[in-house]
Amino acid sequence: MRLFVKSAIALMVLALASGQATADDTLAKVKAAGKIAAGVKNDYRPWGFLDPSGQIVGMEVDLARDIAKRLGVEVQLVPVVAANRMEFLAQGNIDMIIATMSDTPERRKVVGMVEPQYYASATNILAPKSAHLKAWTDLTGKKVCGVQGAFYNRGVEQKYKAEIVSFAGVPDALKALQAGTCIAFVYDDTFIQSTLSSKDPQWADYEMPLTSEDPQPWAIGVRLDDVNGPFGQFLSKTSEEWHKTGYLIDLEKKWGITPSSFLVEMHNKYAGK
Amino acid sequence: MTIPEAFQHLNDAYGINLSLVYDPFDRNRFIRGLEMTLLLSLVSMALSVVIGLAGAWILGGRSRFLKGVTTGFVEAFRNTPPLIQLLFFFFAVSPFFPGPVNSSGQVTPLIGGVGWAILSLSLYAGALNVEIFRSGLEAVPSATREAAESLGYTRLQAFRQIVFPLAFRISLPALNNNMVNLIKTTTLAYAIGVPELLYASAAIWSESLNVREMMLVMLATYLLLIALYTGIMDRVERALRMPGTDV
Repeated sequence: MRLFVKSAIALMVLALASGQATADDTLAKVKAAGKIAAGVKNDYRPWGFLDPSGQIVGMEVDLARDIAKRLGVEVQLVPVVAANRMEFLAQGNIDMIIATMSDTPERRKVVGMVEPQYYASATNILAPKSAHLKAWTDLTGKKVCGVQGAFYNRGVEQKYKAEIVSFAGVPDALKALQAGTCIAFVYDDTFIQSTLSSKDPQWADYEMPLTSEDPQPWAIGVRLDDVNGPFGQFLSKTSEEWHKTGYLIDLEKKWGITPSSFLVEMHNKYAGK
Repeated sequence: MTIPEAFQHLNDAYGINLSLVYDPFDRNRFIRGLEMTLLLSLVSMALSVVIGLAGAWILGGRSRFLKGVTTGFVEAFRNTPPLIQLLFFFFAVSPFFPGPVNSSGQVTPLIGGVGWAILSLSLYAGALNVEIFRSGLEAVPSATREAAESLGYTRLQAFRQIVFPLAFRISLPALNNNMVNLIKTTTLAYAIGVPELLYASAAIWSESLNVREMMLVMLATYLLLIALYTGIMDRVERALRMPGTDV
């Protein structure tokens, strides 16, 4: 037993001490391999979702494909969720994250955020109309479904004293909402908007009743040592061009997303330059 | 420097982020997770032992119908993954048990996530316990049973006073293995949003972004929990030692 405990402790120290996989120049690596691995969502319509044939499609998938096209390489789409995307990136399973990831100061400590950001969303809830929720404070003491790894879960729990019940993916959380496990589902307002505007009859009695809170831009994530390197600079220039040429606004239209003022502002800013 | 400050410094200077020590919110979540894990473990253990005893009693009895039902239950729960059982109960069975309507007119489920987790874990471990107790009962020599019968014991009396105490002692090592397994299996409740230890740790690491540290904390915590359990059970086994036998 004593030997076992000792070796267990030694193993833990070793695991703590060993650094994460360090990336050399990712841009050169991607070009040499002829393919780029992009972490995308597959449960977030219409940014990254499965079409009837099982292919991952969506606005962010188009962005990943555009990046691959500019590099002249193939794209490999890797489905990720909020709770594992940064680990996938650090481990080298993917070269970049384009997965509705909000750019927050805490995340900047572990992920390189590419500027300018390509989209923005805020936090809101999806709730049955019968719940008559009017203000964020109405959530106090209530169970609210969420998705593991979303940064605003903590804020909602701390500020409004709601009890967050979080699930691994969006479908699980929505199912739990419909089953009455919780009174509302807290998520990005962009997702809730597109769910409600999809005219899917199962959401006919649901609404997005609150004022969106805490707007955060979405950024492409790369490894920290890439963000100021050639790969980060390339992505930054690409993103700038997306804004300048209106490519993002076109994609927004193509996917039927409610037009966002963020994209218009960014377009004016970069097109005027 | 206080302990929380020391751990804050450990994060700032060395990037080893044990937020559950210096951040009261994370600490509170972790402790509540630990409490939930203990609750799930203890209640499921008790229920699974009851299920195991009832099942083993039925298998040793005369009703062919009850025997068939019990065998079916054991085979179904022993031979399917516990995670699938849990998801099946929570997402597929739960909608058939609508509960009270809450203040906002929503129908709430009769049994919540914690309830389904306890039920599912108890049935899973209970199915294995049926087999464990049955083999324990079979290991009691038939001469012992016959001796009891010849002394005028009824079946229930002989079971309670002679066969079961012997069988329980014989079953104890296998039962302990299964209970250790049950403690570890409580982590599956994470999948249906029950805030146990793994859920709490996942919430902490996805916000504080300290996956490695939390993984190690969790491994160490489970190691301690199970060491505690086996430590207690070692003493019980020693106290219940049967002179003249191997166990």
